[in-house]
Amino acid sequence: MIRSVCVAGAGSIGSLLAAHLARVSAVSVLARREAHAQALNEQGLRVSGRADFTASVVAATDPDALPEPDLVILACKGTDLEPLSARLAGRFPGATVMTIQNGLGAEEIVGAHGDWPLLSAVTFMSGTRHGDTHVEYVLDTATWIGPHRGTTEADARIAADLIVSSGLKAEAFADLRPAQWSKLIFNATVNGVAALTELPHDFHFGQEERLSDLGHLVRELVDEGKAVAAAAGVELHDDPWEMNMLATQRGFRHSPSMLEDVEARRPTELELINGSLVREAAKVGVPVPLHTAVYRLVKAKEASYSE
Amino acid sequence: MRICVVGCGAVGSLFAANLATLDDVEVWAYDVSQAHVDAINANGLRLTGAGEVVGRPCATTDATELPACDFGLVVTKAMHTEPAIRATAHAFADGCVATVQNGLGNEETIAAHAERVIRGTTFPAGKIVEPGVVQWDVKGDTTFGPFEPKPAPFAEVERLAEACTRAGMPTHAVADARGPQWRKVIFNASTNPIGALTGLTHGRVCERPDLRALVSGLVAEGKAVAAAQGIVLDADPEELIDHAAKPEVAYGHKASMLQDVEAHRQTEIDYLNGGIVRFGREHGVATPLNEAIWALVKGVEQSWQ
Repeated sequence: MIRSVCVAGAGSIGSLLAAHLARVSAVSVLARREAHAQALNEQGLRVSGRADFTASVVAATDPDALPEPDLVILACKGTDLEPLSARLAGRFPGATVMTIQNGLGAEEIVGAHGDWPLLSAVTFMSGTRHGDTHVEYVLDTATWIGPHRGTTEADARIAADLIVSSGLKAEAFADLRPAQWSKLIFNATVNGVAALTELPHDFHFGQEERLSDLGHLVRELVDEGKAVAAAAGVELHDDPWEMNMLATQRGFRHSPSMLEDVEARRPTELELINGSLVREAAKVGVPVPLHTAVYRLVKAKEASYSE
Repeated sequence: MRICVVGCGAVGSLFAANLATLDDVEVWAYDVSQAHVDAINANGLRLTGAGEVVGRPCATTDATELPACDFGLVVTKAMHTEPAIRATAHAFADGCVATVQNGLGNEETIAAHAERVIRGTTFPAGKIVEPGVVQWDVKGDTTFGPFEPKPAPFAEVERLAEACTRAGMPTHAVADARGPQWRKVIFNASTNPIGALTGLTHGRVCERPDLRALVSGLVAEGKAVAAAQGIVLDADPEELIDHAAKPEVAYGHKASMLQDVEAHRQTEIDYLNGGIVRFGREHGVATPLNEAIWALVKGVEQSWQ
């Protein structure tokens, strides 16, 4: 039974989760900025787009100022996960902690800072923040949850059921790795190509008519990823190429987060996403020359504005 | 001797102005920029920087005004070769047409409209400062050789090279000009798009070991495609790339493709990496990295539409 949830990190995903969950449980928000916490306490959190309501939440920048939750959802970007986990060290000993970051390795980062039971999640929903207290619910695709350290499929199901009851889509899995890897390959490919070309995820990613069309590269990147998954013994839940085609045929030009990051000249989640894939490939001895090239190029592009 | 420079941008202007200083050469300059043409006709074509030159070619935007010429010298950007040679071909019915453009495939495009073709590669660089005035940044050699499928007579290749050399543009006539051309193409295809995709200058690309390794991967594919055609490079692109990365050479240089991308101008990627991929396919050499880079830069261009 989950009666209270702490959402740590209130970007678009964190805000969507916090606002929805506040309709079915007590929700607290661990924010990074004082002004953000104050605005949430005073104005609540508004959702527009696919839903329309305002939720009241308790927010603070200090975890000690928040009530002890049953479930902590770490919804920050992968680049903020290490410092956020460090802030939670020694706090909320009775809680289960759920990661929802892109890529691989989030559970290990968090797990190093405490012995909470851990759940893994990947999310396909998306939102757009319109300020500290307003998030637009854009894509109503599901969040998938699976057990990790010290948890079972039943624990994953309880968390998924709570999210479903709050009005979002979620599903529990006995083993999240097939889904996590599908999303990893999809994300490494689409985010990397979008960050380099500055194209949103649109029809270009599926185009394979001329020799120079981007779809060929996308397909080859997906194939490299599939070879790594196969060598790692992971049977993919979804074919990343089909995920790509489905997303490009939606007629909605989604800007992947890595594209938004390079446009805003922010650090990207490259290490957790593309870096994970390249390192896993090396572990299982599968050559991934194209993913290696994309990884190096995005890393260098980031260096061009951050050094 | 009458020579028409087709495409009087920065590099075309270097040839047109220098050649126009020779008493025995009549130079025409064909360009689509009315402002540049008007300025040349009013005040001459002025070079500053690496050399101070004022030449007085006859400039025009109207290809039908061109008289019969002994030589055409095509210096447009590679994507403009086809319309430029189509418009001017009548002037070279009895002459030879040379190209000193970037990339691969220009000779083939020209040969569809001209009988005697000269393959060429040039290294001087500059930029147009204002109509009629060009900053000459870098001096360098030019190489000409007959284009094998539709060759110009070697005596004509030598005659054009001799005129360029005498005009202050050192030029060699060689039997096989593919070596210098492929050396330059491999250099450009392996470095320019990396700068364009990352925003880094040449020196910063080369000082990142992982990125320098990607450059080497692209170079290796280009070398394999050249070797499959029996082309002997006249220098190792790897050494030239490292040389250019030195602080006193071109460390801080933004590749022209990066400048194109920043200005949202179409790049020459189809003729650089695209050319290596096409020639690789013809000769059964796999070029996966060049294909990937080609697709990424095409994607960048598509992002502006």
